Amino acid sequence: MKKLLLASAATALVAGAAFAESHASEVKIGIILGFTGPLESITPNMAAGAELAMAEVNAAGTFLGGATTVTPVRGDSTCIDAAAATAAAERLITSDGVAAIMGADCSGVTGAILQNVARPNGIVMISPSATSPGLSTAEDDGLFFRTAPSDARQGVVMTENIMDRGIMSVALTYTNNDYGKGLADAFEAAYTAAGGTVTISAAHEDGKADYSAEVAALASAGGDVLVVAGYTDQGGKGIIQASLDSGAFDRFVLPDGMVGQQIADDLGAGLNGSFGQYPGTDSAGAELFQGLASGAGFDGTSAFAPESYDAAALIMLAMHAAGSSASADFAGKVMDLANAPGEEIFPGELAKAIELINQGVDIDYVGATAVELIGPGESAGNYREVEFMDGVINTVRFR
Amino acid sequence: MAEHETEAGLHDDWRLGRFLRKGVLMDFLNGLIAFLNFVFVPGLAYGAQLALGALGVTLIYGILRFSNFAHGDTMAFGTAITILVTAVMQKAGIGLGVLPTALLALPFGIAATGLMLLATDRVVYRFYRKAKAAPVILVIVSMGVMFVMNGVVRFVIGVEDISFTDGARFVITAAQFKEMTGLDEGLAIRTTTAITVVTAAIAVALLFWFLNRTRTGKSMRAFSDNEDLALLSGINPERVVAVTWLIIAALATTAGVLYGLDKSFKAFTYFQLLLPIFASAIVGGLGSPLGAIAGGFVIAFSEVTVTYAWKKVLTYWLPDSLAPDGLVQLMSTDYKFAVSFAILIIVLLFRPTGLFKGQSV
Repeated sequence: MKKLLLASAATALVAGAAFAESHASEVKIGIILGFTGPLESITPNMAAGAELAMAEVNAAGTFLGGATTVTPVRGDSTCIDAAAATAAAERLITSDGVAAIMGADCSGVTGAILQNVARPNGIVMISPSATSPGLSTAEDDGLFFRTAPSDARQGVVMTENIMDRGIMSVALTYTNNDYGKGLADAFEAAYTAAGGTVTISAAHEDGKADYSAEVAALASAGGDVLVVAGYTDQGGKGIIQASLDSGAFDRFVLPDGMVGQQIADDLGAGLNGSFGQYPGTDSAGAELFQGLASGAGFDGTSAFAPESYDAAALIMLAMHAAGSSASADFAGKVMDLANAPGEEIFPGELAKAIELINQGVDIDYVGATAVELIGPGESAGNYREVEFMDGVINTVRFR
Repeated sequence: MAEHETEAGLHDDWRLGRFLRKGVLMDFLNGLIAFLNFVFVPGLAYGAQLALGALGVTLIYGILRFSNFAHGDTMAFGTAITILVTAVMQKAGIGLGVLPTALLALPFGIAATGLMLLATDRVVYRFYRKAKAAPVILVIVSMGVMFVMNGVVRFVIGVEDISFTDGARFVITAAQFKEMTGLDEGLAIRTTTAITVVTAAIAVALLFWFLNRTRTGKSMRAFSDNEDLALLSGINPERVVAVTWLIIAALATTAGVLYGLDKSFKAFTYFQLLLPIFASAIVGGLGSPLGAIAGGFVIAFSEVTVTYAWKKVLTYWLPDSLAPDGLVQLMSTDYKFAVSFAILIIVLLFRPTGLFKGQSV
């Protein structure tokens, strides 16, 4: 019995090795997202978005000459712990041998992985959700891209949004982290350049007991509206609530971290007249992607899930166009494929894209988020402008 | 004729003076109202919430002789139960009209918290009390209890932000106040703020009456002053401990519910409340109930006033030529915690027993 067990184990090992041998042309793509930590509620959908694109390419069976399949390998970025994220990325590259990385999610860990792992190993990274303006100027050896727009772009969009309403003076408060500070600085620069006045720019800490000191300072500085670059279930909401209660402000501008049904429900008519914006597009791709996602059993409207699909799709199409899964070969192809001119590619059309590339036809990957990469390889950014009315979030238009 | 002229002139002067006085008076009032609305009223409510929390901490320290790190989570537990009972009452259509339903649910929260604390004492603290463990060991034990309660609260109610206030939100809104008085500045008073201050006052009065006038209260103070003498004079220590825990449950739940009504409930925020509460208790003097109340207000007002931007108030109060361009802010609001802890350190350096002669830490 013991011998039989040993023998079968040995057979399984040999068979396993042989199996691996026959699939030497397998390409692994790392998915590094914060599966634990502050973003744990949305990262499963993001990973599902990326894996959906890979499954689509595998189903086509024509990737890199036909015999090659794509395998996702997940790693945990934790969103906040740079050391843990670096270790996870290190493992994916050295031990699992991934050819490219779809990730990371939060700006801080993305920067850490880029500098500590991706650049030294020469591996391409496409982040679906890191929005810090700091990443635009980071040294990347041409290896780093993102399908999410930089918050510098949101700063400009928010400025237009406010200026169009004829508001020339605002008070500004932001959550004291990379996201809040980055967005606040970008906005202040854009708004001041456009002729507006920021009366005060005050940080707030999330999860604190009391925000009356912050609101008192903001009210004293004055301004026609209050811009709150925070989180919808954290200090941002506390500040808005306290401002409404004390009559300090009655209109607010809410950027992406603040727009959510929860806050609209909680504050109801208190938010009437307030407005904001968050990444979104009216492109046909968004709807197509949602159909695919519900078919695959996950929520396609979940934040950054479409961006994740696009990031994974771009990696694979670039590999195919270069005819190689080596980062040095395909890194240069990403921008070409993402941008016009060429035949437009929507979600669910990856097989068609591969076919077109084979025929030598130029393609323009539009994807789920109307991808257009600008500058240092980041999404130009489409935003949905919204207004609040009696607990309902109305889309005004797309910018 | 001449008389008439003088009279008319006088009349004009009087009108001019009244106009001037009215303008100055209005400016003064506007500045005062702005100060009350943004500094005094929020500070008063926050101070009352901290004071109730600090009273609990100080009682545990005075009678059971350890710093209870689980206090923030005890508040969260009591509030969580109260929220659940409130939800049931709202479903059943039971309410208090303009007052929040949670006040009606509060006794249930207190009862549940009392049972939970007594059980914790039976299972955990009693063992260490019998073993005459050093206070520092009990502190670490309370930290363990804190982590367990942290988890229990999240199991019971989750990690989300919950708003459970109902009834009328305001006694008077800023807009109503402006309309009534004709001033440019509004003074908003929330129902919850008024309830917080009133309830805190009642709770404190009850506590003092209990400690000073009743037999049980006197035996608690005796136990606190000298445990051995108290035992010799026939005081049952287990009874004193049990009564103490019940009072703690009442104070913690009331503080938690009032805070949650005024702001909102989030398990993590309650855990964070621990720091300002301990700062209040220590500034006031650990073990001194009066000190806990004073400490609560000192910490609350220092957080709000020291970082206040005086621009608005000074623009009203100073002549136009002197009106400030800048924010006239001593330091940015980022430093508000530094302020309360600087006060804590100064008090500990110069008066280690706190403002009201508690036990030294």
